[in-house]
Amino acid sequence: MPILEGQGVTKYFGGLAAVSNVDFHVDRGEILGLIGPNGAGKTTLFNLISAALPASSGEIRFKGQKLNGLKPHQICRMGIARTFQEIKVFPNMPVLQNVLVGAFFGSPKRVSGADAAGEASQALEFVGLSAVSTAPVKDLTLVSQKRVEVARALAAKPELLLLDELMAGLNPAEVSEAMELVTRIRDKGITIIMVEHVMKAIMGISARVMVLHHGEKLADGTCNEIACNRKVIEVYLGEETHAGS
Amino acid sequence: MVGFLILLIAFVLTFPLYGGAYPTRVLIVMLMYTVLAVSWAMFSGTTGYMSLAPAAFFGTGIYSTALLQHYLPFPVIIVIAGLISFVLAFLLGLVTLRLKGIYFTIFSFGLVVFIGNTINYVEAEIFGRHGWIFEALDRTMLLYTMLGLAVVTVLAAYFISRSRLGLAMRSIGGNEEAAEHMGVNTTRIKVLTFAISAIFMGAAGVVVAPSLSYSNSGIAFSVTYSFIPIVAAVLGGMGQLHGPIIGALVFGFLEKTLKATLLTYFMLGFGIIMVVVILFLPNGLIGLVPILRDKLGGVIQKLRKGGQAEQHADT
Repeated sequence: MPILEGQGVTKYFGGLAAVSNVDFHVDRGEILGLIGPNGAGKTTLFNLISAALPASSGEIRFKGQKLNGLKPHQICRMGIARTFQEIKVFPNMPVLQNVLVGAFFGSPKRVSGADAAGEASQALEFVGLSAVSTAPVKDLTLVSQKRVEVARALAAKPELLLLDELMAGLNPAEVSEAMELVTRIRDKGITIIMVEHVMKAIMGISARVMVLHHGEKLADGTCNEIACNRKVIEVYLGEETHAGS
Repeated sequence: MVGFLILLIAFVLTFPLYGGAYPTRVLIVMLMYTVLAVSWAMFSGTTGYMSLAPAAFFGTGIYSTALLQHYLPFPVIIVIAGLISFVLAFLLGLVTLRLKGIYFTIFSFGLVVFIGNTINYVEAEIFGRHGWIFEALDRTMLLYTMLGLAVVTVLAAYFISRSRLGLAMRSIGGNEEAAEHMGVNTTRIKVLTFAISAIFMGAAGVVVAPSLSYSNSGIAFSVTYSFIPIVAAVLGGMGQLHGPIIGALVFGFLEKTLKATLLTYFMLGFGIIMVVVILFLPNGLIGLVPILRDKLGGVIQKLRKGGQAEQHADT
């Protein structure tokens, strides 16, 4: 059984269908890449999964359980954590406290102070930010702030992680590091959906790719299938395949 | 800071030995402002939800005294007023804390005006009554009670800020959307902490009531009591716990000593002080401490801590 499943997922903004009748599934332990032109509905789909927005129609199920009608904090406690396309950290709080929020509140059980502290420092260690744990997050670079978001999400002990453009604005060396980080997260047994425009990253680490266009699902398949798909090339990748760029 | 607080408590405890009647009243007001400012900053300073409702809870306290003073012992009235304020704030929070930014602020302000006017109408039209007389109580007892309330308020603020509740509140202030997505039940945290902060405001109203000797709905629910905590918190600095304490003590002292003699000049002068503080000391008077420490280097190292903060605050 897939860990996450969507059927006929639709979201209207006024008369505009931002996400239109999308069926999808994510298998446990895989990395699913979500691509498409700007405005295709990728982030909206994330917002529907994480309950930031209510779906207009359709149904999303996590481990067989319907998510419709739940609040974002309930979704998180069920085991779905996310990061944001536009960084949403707690700017004046130290790095460690940012991550502690995830450790304390992200799990369904009551977490003791010692356990939360352990969880948080482990997550910081994992993303390589132990050295700056006492610095206010606003003093960190963009790359590091993105890593704080990842650590905060990991501290919530998710089974499914939604990464929204983790690599946007990163230089090639940083992209490689981020790819390595995402792979290590997957190796921990966490399922990942990642929205990304950096094709090299998507093609490099995703098991499967789903393409959205004008809110509709255009294609869905392995990286090779997607890279050769006529329609995908027309609307998104362009004539020369961008798999390597 | 702890040293400063202990000194302050010792000062207040010994004050009745040498202080006169009026200075004692000044001290009571200073401590009352401390309760209001600390409890206001406890919620609004951390979550970023600017509440203008303190006067509603404060007035609730005054009216609890007015209605119950002949029937119940004073400490019981304090507890009851705290509970009523808690419930009132809880209900208000359920309705309004889904509102963001300015809408919450305006609604909380509207509540003060609404309650004050409603009580005024009911009193005048139905009971034909205009205000209440308070039984005089021993002023030393009132001073000590207000001191006790201030200490409890500060301790509550301290322990909340160190607890997971405090962490949740700060995360809401930092980025509410992210907090919600990280598993924080933001609505519950906001409503609960808003209601907790109201307990102390209601209790403060009870303790100050006897020294008012007379009050009516206009006095009890005066919007002034909504603005004073904000002014005090901004003056002292909202970032840390001792900011609102210093700000409230300084404001209370200046207001009660200078306003009587200088009247409008006081408000004018104080307005200028506020502008200067906001422009040059975004962290309030306590922001002076690190600045001066940097400037003077190690010279004042030994003089540091609370005593210094108070000293500068008074200048």
